[in-house]
Amino acid sequence: MEQLRWLPEIMDWRQRLRALATTHGEIWPHAVALANARIDFTRTNALDDVVRRRQIHPPAAATKPVRLAVLGSSTTAHLLPGIRVGGLRRDIFISTYESEYGQYLQALLDTGSALHAFKPSAVLFVFDAQHLTQGLHAALTEDDAASLLAETLARLQNCWSLAREAFGGQIIQQTALDVFPPLLGSNEYRLAGSKSGFLARLNAAIRESAAQYGIDLLAVDEAARLHGIATWHDPALWHRSKQEVTPALSPTYGDMVARLIAAQQGRSRKCLVLDLDNTLWGGVIGDDGLDGIVLGQGSPLGEGFVAVQAYARELARRGIILAVSSKNDEANALEVFDKHPEMLLKRRDIASFRANWDDKAANLRAVADELNIGLDSLVFLDDNPFERNFVRENLPMVAVPEVPDDDPALVPGILAEAGYFESLGITNEDRQRSAQYQENRARNQLRATATDIEGYLRALDMRMIWSRFDKISQQRVVQLINKTNQFNLTTRRHNDADVEGVMADPKSFGLHIRLLDRFGDNGIIAIIIGRMLDDEAVTIDTWLMSCRVLGRQVEPTTLNLIAAQAKALGAKTLIGQYIPTKKNAMVRDHYVKLGFELVCQSPDGGSLARLDLTRFQPAATFIQVTEGADA
Amino acid sequence: MTDDAKIYADLTEIFNDVFMVDDMKLTPSLSAKDVAGWDSFKQIEIMVSVEERFGIKLNTREIDSLKSVGDLARVIAKKKA
Repeated sequence: MEQLRWLPEIMDWRQRLRALATTHGEIWPHAVALANARIDFTRTNALDDVVRRRQIHPPAAATKPVRLAVLGSSTTAHLLPGIRVGGLRRDIFISTYESEYGQYLQALLDTGSALHAFKPSAVLFVFDAQHLTQGLHAALTEDDAASLLAETLARLQNCWSLAREAFGGQIIQQTALDVFPPLLGSNEYRLAGSKSGFLARLNAAIRESAAQYGIDLLAVDEAARLHGIATWHDPALWHRSKQEVTPALSPTYGDMVARLIAAQQGRSRKCLVLDLDNTLWGGVIGDDGLDGIVLGQGSPLGEGFVAVQAYARELARRGIILAVSSKNDEANALEVFDKHPEMLLKRRDIASFRANWDDKAANLRAVADELNIGLDSLVFLDDNPFERNFVRENLPMVAVPEVPDDDPALVPGILAEAGYFESLGITNEDRQRSAQYQENRARNQLRATATDIEGYLRALDMRMIWSRFDKISQQRVVQLINKTNQFNLTTRRHNDADVEGVMADPKSFGLHIRLLDRFGDNGIIAIIIGRMLDDEAVTIDTWLMSCRVLGRQVEPTTLNLIAAQAKALGAKTLIGQYIPTKKNAMVRDHYVKLGFELVCQSPDGGSLARLDLTRFQPAATFIQVTEGADA
Repeated sequence: MTDDAKIYADLTEIFNDVFMVDDMKLTPSLSAKDVAGWDSFKQIEIMVSVEERFGIKLNTREIDSLKSVGDLARVIAKKKA
């Protein structure tokens, strides 16, 4: 198995690592570049060694650093470099703590332990197959095996609860790796005391209770199913060093862990940008014409391209945005979408369509602009090695997978294996995303025909429905808090526990706000958290908003709402804070624009502003506001 | 290059990568006590790298019998033969 095969090989990797060990200045980006290469475990260890020895850190305020505690029942030290480099690959600094061999429960229970002193922001539980099947043997009755399963699951749940109470943050459970040779054979499951069967049932039970306990799974069992257990586990190494996952696989293991951490931070990719010729169909439409391109039934290659389209369409259905960037005359490219009977993807599936002769970097920038997402949200799929390298050199933050052997049949597998779109859950909004982008296009058309902005806003027939945070909306609220970068005044990344804290606190209010108009439902477009500071003032802890609804009077209407909530708590003053990051310059003057008075400004550009609520007059807008429980 | 010299050249590359150096001088008598940082984890890293590089699988007895680089080269030569 070739690990990290979606990443390009860097020819002078070794020399560049040596340079990293000796150069000065801002070297984090160079380290990130070296992590984004196809490297084996030796190189992974070497890169990790240099980063740690030289204490290479990301520039301040780039991404949130993570303190990961790895609590295992056997050896885990060999997995840590892969995890840290997996973070580095995603621009995330991960520091790790490892419990003493087999001492995870003591470390959890003892509040004076080094684990508690480490204050992890994320916890990974790694329990080996021997540990999880203690007491199980082939002669056990069905009842005994069932009660052992219940006990084992309860032990895990106890660990999750302890970690939740002690640390909050993300909790990850590695699923069990079935390393056991079967005793019956194909009908192994009929043997109640089979360790293989037991672990399969345990993994199913872990999956069932994961949502209830709010934990995320590291599905090594699924990965081992794909690659083969012999790739993941070497029995001789287990006996030698109690390493359940072979050290050779640490780059893959670490990348899988880092995906979960990045997903929790809202840093998974959001959009798949597709080339057309020889990516979505075989041949060149400009040369071969509509009947000349290879697509669809009747040819193995043509069916391979349909499979690529089918995978992309499934991604879109679960919330990934699709875009096109192709060097073509637009009319030629569109004709295939409109007229070719075997095209699975339709024009309406593509949120941003760029077929022209500009270079691909310029087009990817345009796609990101049009969709209001960062370049680091894009994955660019192109069969042409020149284009891939051009984009990597010019836009290193765009993910560009190596496409194996130019065979479309292999493309869905590589996209999946790269884990670009790792998600911890799916919300209704994810399912409706592509419809929302279509509605947006209709709105833009209306704006193009309206002669004045007031007429446009009135014609939109906007309704704002707001509600206090509740259990139903919690997942979406946390997701938005952790992934909104641009329209975000403070960029405070609250987790589930924080949001529950707001719900429980009578001196705070958390609001989620959705916006509907004549074209459809924009979904939850703003999150507000306000906290009473003293008897006089409410501070706006969090104000974030979707860039989709900019320029539609949502800001003043939201302020009306905040002011009313603050007054209801008895506040006379509202305090707004701006904390600058790399990405939120667009809201620097947000509060002043809304009539706040600037109180102070710090050298980094941050500011505090206040609003006198006793004299506040709600702004008149074209948005009708109602309270609703509908999330 | 003789087979033996080729094995030593490949091993030198592996050792250079594992210990992040450019100038590892491998001799048949070199062993873990002679190299700073050659602990049990590095030992496993070397074994796994050797298995990948030479396309062989070292069994438990063979690994246990290794006392020096010379032993390792001999086992590789025997397996490749």
